[in-house]
Amino acid sequence: MDTLLALANGFSVALEPTKLLFCLVGVFLGTAVGVLPGIGPALTVALLLPVTFKMDPAGSLIMFAGIYYGGMYGGSTTAILLNAPGESASLATALEGSKMAKAGRGGPALATAAIGSFVAGLIATIGLAFLAPWLVEIAIQFGPWDYFALMILAFVTVSATFGDSPLRGLTSLFLGIMLGLVGIDKLTGQARMSFGVPELLNGIEVTTLAVGLFAVGEALFVASKRLREPEEIIPIKGSLWMTKQDWKRSWAPWLRGTAFGFPIGALPAGGAEVPTFLSYSTEKKLCKFPEEFGKGAIEGVAGPEAANNASAAGTLVPLLTLGLPTSATAAIMLAGFQQYGLNPGPLLFAEKPDLVWGLIASLFIANVMLVILNLPLIGLWVRLLGVPQPWLYAGIIVFATMGTLAVNPSPVELGFLFGFGYLGYLMRRYDYPVAPMVVGLILGPMAEAQLRRALQISLGDPMILLENPGSATLLGISFIALVAPFVMKGMNRFKAAED
Amino acid sequence: MTPDNPARGFDIPALVVAGLLFAAAGIVLYDISRQTIVSTYGVGPTAMPYVVACGLGLLGLAHLAVAFRGGLPKPEAADGGAVAWIIGGLVAFVAVIGLGGGFVIATALVFASVARGFGRRALAVDLAIGAGLGLVIFLVFAKLLTLLLPAGPLERLLV
Repeated sequence: MDTLLALANGFSVALEPTKLLFCLVGVFLGTAVGVLPGIGPALTVALLLPVTFKMDPAGSLIMFAGIYYGGMYGGSTTAILLNAPGESASLATALEGSKMAKAGRGGPALATAAIGSFVAGLIATIGLAFLAPWLVEIAIQFGPWDYFALMILAFVTVSATFGDSPLRGLTSLFLGIMLGLVGIDKLTGQARMSFGVPELLNGIEVTTLAVGLFAVGEALFVASKRLREPEEIIPIKGSLWMTKQDWKRSWAPWLRGTAFGFPIGALPAGGAEVPTFLSYSTEKKLCKFPEEFGKGAIEGVAGPEAANNASAAGTLVPLLTLGLPTSATAAIMLAGFQQYGLNPGPLLFAEKPDLVWGLIASLFIANVMLVILNLPLIGLWVRLLGVPQPWLYAGIIVFATMGTLAVNPSPVELGFLFGFGYLGYLMRRYDYPVAPMVVGLILGPMAEAQLRRALQISLGDPMILLENPGSATLLGISFIALVAPFVMKGMNRFKAAED
Repeated sequence: MTPDNPARGFDIPALVVAGLLFAAAGIVLYDISRQTIVSTYGVGPTAMPYVVACGLGLLGLAHLAVAFRGGLPKPEAADGGAVAWIIGGLVAFVAVIGLGGGFVIATALVFASVARGFGRRALAVDLAIGAGLGLVIFLVFAKLLTLLLPAGPLERLLV
């Protein structure tokens, strides 16, 4: 009952006209950047952080959440019509979606993606609203050792478990943690890794790293591949609406996708790729028309798209209740909270219930807005895909520099931005994931603080991490998650040798 | 992930990454050696850097191993000219801001050179668009957000 009361209170905040406006701007921007190739929600929030610095915290956070949800919706449009998934979460959607568009069924594909996202978003947000207070109850009893172990688990799963290569993921993560060392140590005042450069004493800005890696790095990478043939937009033919048959074939995949997406997103496992691909393969197995898979089966769009959106809502569970970001976008949103001096976690639920519950309520509103915006305005979003690539990326770079200059108008900061940009380009070229680096930068100092707090309580005895059942369990799971990919790889090699 | 030239025996990019990781670990260790504040109880500010340095070192060793067994994924051929145009634009941007040339001129340069990197040939048109964009952004920041972006002679005429 408490939850319903808190949620009702949240709606009273989220339904204020200014908050509604923020939400609308958020979902609109989010959809636009989701549709545009090359910019995702993480980058958009990073670019907007400096601009919203002086605005109302609740409004800005509602806008960021709207961007996150909107980006997930918009990504499906690009995946279906361009066969160019904007982010890895839309990869599975593109498989069947682009085939449907080629077969002249782009309209129903977009419709099932949008309605499926709505259904999944709604269910997952309800899940978030009811799971969060319960998790907060548990999190209150967490000691610093538990938080430290939880962060180690997030490190491992984000970088090693689900990527292509644990080695490259861990390398990216450790570079991020190393950057997190830069600056004045908060507990002792010791300057670290600053080498007498005054600009380094404040540490590396998360936004500078994220914008450099995502915007500048992506622009360089796309430009370097320009010699290849450009993608063609597949025009939408026929009706936009789903037939009775489409509805019948879509509803179960929506629900199953949600069932995959929300729990996996909510675990500190991060990423929407896993649930989307799980959903894709499940639908392929369960489909009554398996021969259609590979030629444009609607189940293959409905399921992954629902999983994608549900996992976005799931990611907000650890972010809001534990302050634990498990994806690049969540990491940037955490930076957004921190810019207002807010630390997500159990305390925030107690101290600022209006803000937290207003944010959760606004997610419901964002979902409704998105489904209303998306279906009729699909023509507008498609036209957005026609923006010439040179201007699009030139504009992205201009906004990237603008954002950096607004935070810190110094050539040194710009140098960092472009340095990180070139690093991001090289990492993309050699297939190193960039998200673990952002997570490492923001979570590294937090993990260090928790570890040192734990060791202060235990008077320096590291066994405290293993003596507490909670942290011991979490560290055990982390260890398994770290070793599993190597073991499985070894087993594959073994099998290959046997053949 | 098989090497396309097994006779050569090792992968240069992986070796370079290994070298860079060792260098990064070295920098972290060097920084620890220069720290002066020690903590009285618990662990001090040097503990985490030691962990990071060890991690970087181990990853460097792993890259060494990879360099002799398969190597990193081979990237596609890159359009070096395009990358050079964009990097040139970024360097020009920093130079103009650093020398006090102002946001509008810097933006015009970076916009035009990035667009050139993506294959546009109309340099004059793009310079004009970039300048216009820079001007709008500068005015929005100055008037609406009361945040002054780096100003040069051009911007001082406006504010």
